[in-house]
Amino acid sequence: MKVDATLNVNGVDVPVEIEPHWSLLRAVRDAVGLTGAKEGCDDSECGACMMLLDGEPVNSCSYLALQAQGRRITTVEGLAAPGELSELQRAFLEHGGVQCGYCTPGMLISATALLERSPQPSEEEVRIALAGNLCRCTGYQGIVDAILAVARRRAVAAPDAVN
Amino acid sequence: MLTVASSVEEALAELEAGARAVAGGTDLVVAARQGRSPLPERLVAIHRLSELSHMRESDRALELGALVSHRRLAESALVRERLTALADACAIVGSIATRTNGTLGGNLMNASPAMETGGPLVCFGATVTLRSAGRSRSLSVDELLAGPGRTTAAPDELLESVSVPLPPPGSGSCYLRLEYRRQMEIAIVGATAVVTLAGARVADARLAITALAPTIRRVAAAEAALVGSDGGSDAVAAAARALADGSAPISDVRGSAAYRQAMAAVIGRRAIEAALARARGEHVPIPASPALHGGLR
Repeated sequence: MKVDATLNVNGVDVPVEIEPHWSLLRAVRDAVGLTGAKEGCDDSECGACMMLLDGEPVNSCSYLALQAQGRRITTVEGLAAPGELSELQRAFLEHGGVQCGYCTPGMLISATALLERSPQPSEEEVRIALAGNLCRCTGYQGIVDAILAVARRRAVAAPDAVN
Repeated sequence: MLTVASSVEEALAELEAGARAVAGGTDLVVAARQGRSPLPERLVAIHRLSELSHMRESDRALELGALVSHRRLAESALVRERLTALADACAIVGSIATRTNGTLGGNLMNASPAMETGGPLVCFGATVTLRSAGRSRSLSVDELLAGPGRTTAAPDELLESVSVPLPPPGSGSCYLRLEYRRQMEIAIVGATAVVTLAGARVADARLAITALAPTIRRVAAAEAALVGSDGGSDAVAAAARALADGSAPISDVRGSAAYRQAMAAVIGRRAIEAALARARGEHVPIPASPALHGGLR
């Protein structure tokens, strides 16, 4: 039996009708209608479904939607204004961090959370932060380069804002 | 049906009525997705219970609420300094998303023989408090773990907190696993060493094996081989061999029983060496696993 719930997605309170056993991924894709987050393994291995919950990464395929009530949910759609690209998204394109694109939403979520908690990460830190996100196309190097480039650019642009 | 509990009492009433508890969902929901075990019909979500989120030092122990995440443990200065093996373990659970959402209480109640936190908790002599609507009781982590996926907790009992005694000065500890990849990995073989030095002698040693028996357990013969020794390479090798002799591993897709048993001596030796080094004040990075596989022999 479906129940009423409210999910705060990308800053908007969205009333939804969902089954209690639905994952956050299913609720956001099927009930909210945002399909940026992908279903890959449905098993918390691949990270294609990743979203931010109160700013921290979560595998939304394995998180119950009802547990996300009252928390801030951020999907890839929430990383930039409509029709625009975030700094990270642009860098992914510039550095060849996107090929088929299926892992990209999850990669961007992990990268966003990383730069939030560690504005000047080492390459090692970047690789550890992306360990829960699988990519079958790029070989990862372009993605890692993109994230490091954004970190460097931000340090130059606002040396006091980082660290 | 799913109830989001707003108090421990409400959660206990739900458990008594037959519900299963869910916190981060990183085991329960994943198992359902994989088809290993269906999601229980009746669930009580305990993730909002702030009274289960505490982390405080008291009476020479670290008191941890069931909801403390792996990430908080891995980042805690006190855990890294005094309960280093637990930091080693928590820092390599799953990915950052797993460590952020996965809880210590959930990890224990899931009772995997390959779980990272079990060896350190058993060696530090940690106890858990289980609470039901009628009563509350304490037991050691050793007594809690009953077999693969099984605990001695009754279905209506909630793991409320974990108390981890802080080892005395002169102690060092390490948790190490054999891994095929750095993250999103399950231990092929794991070993924990907690040692206390008195001068140049090993005054106390607690050594446990992970993913090498139906439950994570200490190996008395290995501890006996190390206690009273100078912690030199002969004593360490003897203790590590005893760890391998004390194991009873399975064969599965990740490794044969013979391979696991052979590696138990290697991983055991590296864990003991790192614990001794830390007890002497030498720096060994946290988590120990990636550093030691490339470093110590």
